[in-house]
Amino acid sequence: MVEPEFRRFDTRALHAGQHPDPSTGSRAVPIHQTTSYVFDSVDHAAGLYNLETSGHIYSRISNPTVAVLEERIASLEGGVGAVCTASGMAALHLAVATLLNSGDHIVASRNIYGGAFILMNHTLPRFGITTTFVDPRDPEEFAKAIQKNTRLIFAETLGNPGIEVLDIDAVSDVAHAAGLPLCVDSTFCTPYLINPIEHGADIITHSATKFLGGHGIAIGGVVVDGGRFDWDASGKFPTLTEPYEGYHNITFTEEFGPAALSMRARAEGLKDFGACMSPANAFYLLQGVETLPLRMAKHVENTKQVIEMLDNHDAVQWIKHPDHPSHPDHDLAKRLYPKGAGAILSFGVKGGRDAGRKFIDNVSLASHLANVGDAKTLVIHPGSTTHQQMSDEDLETAGISEDLVRVSVGLEDADDICSDLSKALRASQR
Amino acid sequence: MLFSLNKKQVHGATGAVSFEGRSEPIVVLIHGAGMDRSVWSQQTRFLAHHGFRALAVDLPEHGHSEGPALESVAELAKWIVDLADYFGESLHLVGHSMGALVALHTAGYHKNSVSSVSLLGVGASMPVHPELQEAADANDVKAAQLITSWGHSTRHHLGNNPTPGLSMTGGTQALIESASSGVLGIDLMACATYDGALGSAEQIECPILFLLGAEDKMTPRKTAQPLIDTVSSSKSVIDLPETGHMVMIEEPDRVRQELLTHMSN
Repeated sequence: MVEPEFRRFDTRALHAGQHPDPSTGSRAVPIHQTTSYVFDSVDHAAGLYNLETSGHIYSRISNPTVAVLEERIASLEGGVGAVCTASGMAALHLAVATLLNSGDHIVASRNIYGGAFILMNHTLPRFGITTTFVDPRDPEEFAKAIQKNTRLIFAETLGNPGIEVLDIDAVSDVAHAAGLPLCVDSTFCTPYLINPIEHGADIITHSATKFLGGHGIAIGGVVVDGGRFDWDASGKFPTLTEPYEGYHNITFTEEFGPAALSMRARAEGLKDFGACMSPANAFYLLQGVETLPLRMAKHVENTKQVIEMLDNHDAVQWIKHPDHPSHPDHDLAKRLYPKGAGAILSFGVKGGRDAGRKFIDNVSLASHLANVGDAKTLVIHPGSTTHQQMSDEDLETAGISEDLVRVSVGLEDADDICSDLSKALRASQR
Repeated sequence: MLFSLNKKQVHGATGAVSFEGRSEPIVVLIHGAGMDRSVWSQQTRFLAHHGFRALAVDLPEHGHSEGPALESVAELAKWIVDLADYFGESLHLVGHSMGALVALHTAGYHKNSVSSVSLLGVGASMPVHPELQEAADANDVKAAQLITSWGHSTRHHLGNNPTPGLSMTGGTQALIESASSGVLGIDLMACATYDGALGSAEQIECPILFLLGAEDKMTPRKTAQPLIDTVSSSKSVIDLPETGHMVMIEEPDRVRQELLTHMSN
């Protein structure tokens, strides 16, 4: 039987989007630390500015180093294109700003990163875009919340910090039945654990700062265009289906077909809002992506051992991770995440807020900071940090209790991670 | 651009440049099996701003053109002739793969309708692997995967797209997946059953350009040679190293320039 032949994931993580530099032979992706690019002629310049020809103009719009990262992530996710941004939040903003206008509406999971919640609940309304938040575990809630002016369904593949597992297939069915695209943030998963496009997602955002980069050294984000959503048939997205005066009345779906979203996001959102990724950060993030399969395999393996340790520790009240049998999404996680449902978990320390604080103050190997997806193990108390702007009611709705501690399991020896967390737990009970 | 041809709606991309009030020659870009106008996204807008009225057309039942799909190369060629009649002038034709056979047949047998012809990813015959045909007939996504896999050269499977941020293989696969149900199977059958390529080539009197990928697995370079040898009109042959079947995506700059040079002459 004949089968399609593509380079495998691990190979594409190292090579997609790049060939050795033709002028120098550089094997690694060079850092093109330059703002601008020489035009061959006036006609060439005019063609680039008019989207007639391909190439680089100015690094706010595109940059050769950043372009390698974009193409690599697009390849790993199975999308038609990607646009890198200054941060994960900039990626979410770019996706929203490319598709929505004032007066439009979003239906979003209520269990999302605190920054994304604040953007949708407080900041976007200033620009006329409102959001209804729903339980990500109930696709029917998404359906019921859709209004006439809804233009986007948004959720995280794995929620933050409760690690709710999104049934991407079911929620994408709801979205598509309403003529809407599903945008998922897959920061916690990376394309190593799941390709959301295969399950019906239309747009993927990542904070590349986290597991994609993997070393806590560079901020960045990316929007991946799945290329499968029929913007014309939907009829709800004039930014893609009607002439855009900003580029001599180009209609992005007419000219670029499946790549309409990524072309518009770059030509308008990146150019006009300016939240581009720096070439140096793209270089750092590329180093991370090259070892993504190795690191993610180790992350999820270590996570399994940490879960086992916590499961048997007297000071642990509860554990939230989809690989744990007590998690309400355990069966769904087994279907969607056969390699493991990520390396972020949360647990409750017996003794509530004070015990949680003692635990944080007594870890020595793990680092107390506001990030996830580092090579090093990280811990945080979301109620007093990342989600502190949320009201008590919103915290409860988002499933963030006072005793909740979030752990981003790193790549240290699993025994050392377990030992450190175990000692801090014992200290929390004194 | 939307217009009516034979009482059916036709859609095409014009590089956002209206045909109204313009008198430049018309170039019609004809896509391959299961694809649509957007496969020419790197050429249409350029040609529309370089002395041509450019129309990357959606063939019937493709993209946003009304169906039904036409089932043979000869029928598709007749449709192109109707297009020329609609505009009231002869056309520069640019065709890729199945579209190249359509352009070739039109140029061979409907001489008054064609000013020049440019063929990309073409062979004297286009047999279709039976498992590809079977997958296409079944609307199996595997058909899109096979064409994407075979359609790009080894080098371009890894990308390095001149258009920043776009994935070549990802774009090709999504495009074919977007085809209407059954269309890819009809197109592939039209390619496989067409046996008039050499006969058309014999008849051609207009200038002809061949843009051929050295690593084309769908229409291997050697299968184009009988066509090249048969054509007696003015001809140019451009061989593109490390390039597969999706010539206009893998080498957009070169294709743009070669088309412009050919048609301007």
